[in-house]
Amino acid sequence: MPLYHDDDQAMLAETASQFMGEEGAIAKQLRHWRDRDCKDGFGHGLWEQFGEMGFTGILVGEDDGGLGMGHVEAGIVLEEIGRNLTPSPFLTSSVLAATALNHGSDDVKGRYLPGLIEGKSVFAVAIDEGAKHRPETIACKAERSGNGFKLTGKKDFVVHGASADMLVVAARTSGSDSDEDGLTLFAVPKDAANMSHDAVRLVDSSIATHTSFDGVELDGDAVIGEVDNGRSILNAMLDAGRVGSAAEGVGVARGAMDMTVDYLKQRKQFGKHIGEFQALQHRAAHLYSEVEIARAAVIKAQQLLDGGSERASLMASVAKAKVAKTAGLAVREGVQMHGGIGMTDEYDIGLYMKRDRALQEFLGDAYYHANRVAELSGY
Amino acid sequence: MSDLESFRSETRAWLEANCPAEMREPVRDDADVYWGGRNATFKNDAQKAWFEACRDKGYTVPAWPKEYGGAGLSPAEAKVLREEMAAIGARPPLSSFGIWMLGPALLHFGTEGQKQRFLNEIARGEIRWCQGYSEPGSGSDLVSLQTYGEDKDDHWVVNGQKVWTSYADKADWIFCLVRTDKNDKYRGITFMLFDMASEGVSTKPILLISGSSPFCETFFDDVSVPKSYGEDVPAYVGEVNRGWDVAKYLLGHEREMISGADGGNTATIGAAMSRNAGELDPIMRAELAMFDVDALAYAAMGEKFLDEIKVGKAHPAQPNMMKYAGTELNKRRHELIMSAGGSTALEWESEETSGGKPARNWLRTKANSIEGGTSEVMLNVISKRILELPGG
Ligand SMILES: Cc1cc2nc3c(=O)[nH]c(=O)nc-3n(C[C@H](O)[C@H](O)[C@H](O)COP(=O)(O)OP(=O)(O)OC[C@H]3O[C@@H](n4cnc5c(N)ncnc54)[C@H](O)[C@@H]3O)c2cc1C
Ligand SMILES: Cc1cc2nc3c(=O)[nH]c(=O)nc-3n(C[C@H](O)[C@H](O)[C@H](O)COP(=O)(O)OP(=O)(O)OC[C@H]3O[C@@H](n4cnc5c(N)ncnc54)[C@H](O)[C@@H]3O)c2cc1C
Repeated sequence: MPLYHDDDQAMLAETASQFMGEEGAIAKQLRHWRDRDCKDGFGHGLWEQFGEMGFTGILVGEDDGGLGMGHVEAGIVLEEIGRNLTPSPFLTSSVLAATALNHGSDDVKGRYLPGLIEGKSVFAVAIDEGAKHRPETIACKAERSGNGFKLTGKKDFVVHGASADMLVVAARTSGSDSDEDGLTLFAVPKDAANMSHDAVRLVDSSIATHTSFDGVELDGDAVIGEVDNGRSILNAMLDAGRVGSAAEGVGVARGAMDMTVDYLKQRKQFGKHIGEFQALQHRAAHLYSEVEIARAAVIKAQQLLDGGSERASLMASVAKAKVAKTAGLAVREGVQMHGGIGMTDEYDIGLYMKRDRALQEFLGDAYYHANRVAELSGY
Repeated sequence: MSDLESFRSETRAWLEANCPAEMREPVRDDADVYWGGRNATFKNDAQKAWFEACRDKGYTVPAWPKEYGGAGLSPAEAKVLREEMAAIGARPPLSSFGIWMLGPALLHFGTEGQKQRFLNEIARGEIRWCQGYSEPGSGSDLVSLQTYGEDKDDHWVVNGQKVWTSYADKADWIFCLVRTDKNDKYRGITFMLFDMASEGVSTKPILLISGSSPFCETFFDDVSVPKSYGEDVPAYVGEVNRGWDVAKYLLGHEREMISGADGGNTATIGAAMSRNAGELDPIMRAELAMFDVDALAYAAMGEKFLDEIKVGKAHPAQPNMMKYAGTELNKRRHELIMSAGGSTALEWESEETSGGKPARNWLRTKANSIEGGTSEVMLNVISKRILELPGG
C-alpha cells in the first residue's frame, strides 16, 4: 500500500480540515471553553456534530452502525484535531474505548456503541496508576463477588474521567501486579456506586481525573472480552491510542510549524523579515524535515495496524516516540521564534506548547516508547 | 496467481540459479564492488558470472527500457526484484555513476542516438563515468564555475580545473559542466560528455581523512571536445548553454541516492550493537533506541517519498530534505557504531577490524553532508523553495 492518502482518504482529509478549521477552531472551542472554566474541557455540542459528520464511528464496524474504516482514517481526523487544538473526547472514546468495545460481546457493544456513534456518549479509559505510563504493572483489583466483581483501587490521568458515561478499566482478576496474564477489562458505567473522581485541570486546559474504586460492584456483563485474558485487548487498545495520539501530535507539530513559518514571513526586525536570517531559516528547514519524517512514521504505523501486521506494535512505538520529539521541537522553536509575543496568552503558539506537553505524557512518552522499540527489537 | 506474484516466483528461481553464493555476502572492501569500464578486472569468477548473468537479463538497470540495455520492468516489478535481491543479500552486479546519475539524465534529456549509444554502454558496464561538477572556487556555489570551453565551430577547446572528481583516475569518460558563455551565469553552462583519454586531461589523487583516495583533482589543458560523436549523438546533453537544467535534474538523483531513500543506510543498529558489544550500559542503550526510532521513521519517510514521487505528489525540492535528514542520520549512526565498538573501533589496520573498517567508514560518512551539496545548502533550498521564506 503506498504511503500516502488514496482519493477517498484525501476527501476525508479535506472534509475534516474544513470542519475542524471552522467548527473546531481555537477561538471557538479551546479558548471559548477554557475562558469559561468549563468543567468538561470540551463542548458537547461539537461532539454531537462529530457524530453528524460520521467521525465518531470511524473505527466501529459497519454491523454495529459504524463506518468500519481504519486507523489511517481515524488519524486523518486526529491530525486536524491536533492542528486546531480542538478539544473533544475523540481519542479516548472513538479510538481507545471503541477499539476495546470492538472486542466485546454483542451485548456490551449494543449497550455502548449507539451512543458513541451519535456523539451523545463520552468514554474514558483508566489504565495508569501513577504519574508515568506503565501498563505492564496493574494493581487495581477486581475480585469475584456473586455473579460479578468488586473493583478496588485507584487510577490516574483518566482523561475526561469526570465527564465520561463509561470508563474502560483495566483491573487484575488474578496473579500479581506485573503479570502478563490475569488482567480483565471492564466497562464501568458512570453511575456505578463507590466510584469517585478527583478532577484536575491540566496544563492544556483539558480535564483528567484521579479515579478511586472503593468496592465498586460490577455485573458479569461489564467484562469486555474474557476474564483474565484482557492483556491482548489492552495492547490492541493501547496501540490504537498510541498511533492515534501520534497522529494528533503530528497535527500539533504542523499547526505550530505553520504558524511559525507564517510569522517568519511577516515579522520585521533590523529592516528585514526575520525569515531572511539564515540562523532562523535553517532551524525552520530542519523542523520541516523532522515533521515530514514523523508524519511518514505515523502513516506507516497506521497502515501496519490496519493490515494486522506483526510489526505494527514496533512501528506504533516508533511513531509515538518520533512524534513526541518532533512536536516538542516544533512548539519550542515556535515560541522562541515568535520572540516575546510567543510568551503571551493572547497568542496561540503557547497553546500548542501546552497541548504537546499533555499529549507527550499520554500513553507513554518518547523515553517509554524508545525503550519499547529496543525491547521489541531484542536488546 | 497475479502477474506480480508469478514475476516474484520467476525472479526467485532466476536468482537461485544465477546468483553465486559468494555474491550473497556483504560487501567488505572496494574489490567486492564491480565498477565495469575499459580496464575492469573481476575479483573472481563468481563476480564475473553474476555480472554477466545480470547484464544479459537487463538486470544491471532493470527499470530501463529493453532497447537501452535494461529489462523494461515496471516500477512494481523493479521493486519485487529489489526485494528478492535484498532477501538473499545479493550484491549489486554493477555499480556506476553512469547508472545512478548520467543514465537518468540521458533518459530525460538525451537524443535517441545518445540513448542508443551511451545507455547501452552503461548497462553493459563498458564505459566507466565520472562527474565533473565541482571546482576549487565553485563548490556550494556551483553555478560560479570557471572551466571554459572556447567555441571553435566543430569543437570546443576546454581549459580549467575540476576537484573532488570521484574515481576520475579510473574513469573512461566524464560528464562535465563547462562554461560556454561568460555573460550569462545560469544560461552559459554546457553539459558535455568526453573521453578522459583525450589529450590534455590529467588527474591527481586527493587523500581523504579516511586514508583512502577515490578522489581526484582533474585538469583540462587545451582539451579538444568535438561537438558531435556521429549522427544524432551530440557531445552535449540538452542544449548548448542550457546545461544547468540538466545538472540540476541530475543533482536531484544524486541527492536521492546519497540520502539512502532506497533504504540503503536506514538500518537500525541497536540489536546489532548489543550483539557485538555484549551488555550495553543504559545510556548507550537509550541512545541506540532513540537512533532506531529515527532510523525506522526515516525508512518510512523513504518509502513514502518514493511512493509520492511515482504519482507526482512529492514537492520537487523534497530530495533536498531527504538528503539532509538521511546524511545527518548516517553520520549519527557511525558515531554510535564507534562508541559501541570502544577501543576496538579505533584500530586502523587490524584484522579484527578488517583493516580499520569501522573507523574509516565513520570518517568517510563525514563527507555525506558535504558531497552532492552540503547540509547547509540543503537547508537553504528547503527554506526558500518549500517554506518560501523571504530573501536571497
Ligand atoms: C517575559 C518577558 C519579560 C520582558 N520584560 C521586559 C522589560 O522588563 N522591559 C523591556 O523593555 N522589555 C521586556 N521584554 C521584551 C523583550 O526584551 C523582547 O521580547 C525581546 O527583546 C525580543 O523582542 P521581540 O519579542 O520583539 O521579538 P523579535 O525581535 O520579533 O524576534 C522574533 C524572533 O526573531 C529572532 N530574530 C530577530 N532578529 C534576528 C536576527 N537579526 N538574527 C536572527 N534571529 C533574529 C529572535 O531571536 C526571535 O526568535 C520582556 C519580554 C518577555 C517575554
Ligand atoms: C567525498 C566527496 C566526494 C565528492 N564527489 C564529487 C564528484 O564526484 N564530482 C563533483 O563534481 N564533486 C564532488 N564532490 C564535491 C562536492 O559536491 C562539494 O565538496 C560540495 O558541493 C561543497 O563544496 P565545497 O567543498 O567547495 O565547500 P564550500 O562551498 O566552500 O562550503 C564550505 C562551507 O560553507 C557552507 N556554505 C557555503 N555556502 C553557504 C550558504 N549559502 N549558506 C550556508 N552555508 C554555506 C557549506 O555548507 C560548508 O559548510 C565531492 C566532495 C566530497 C567531500
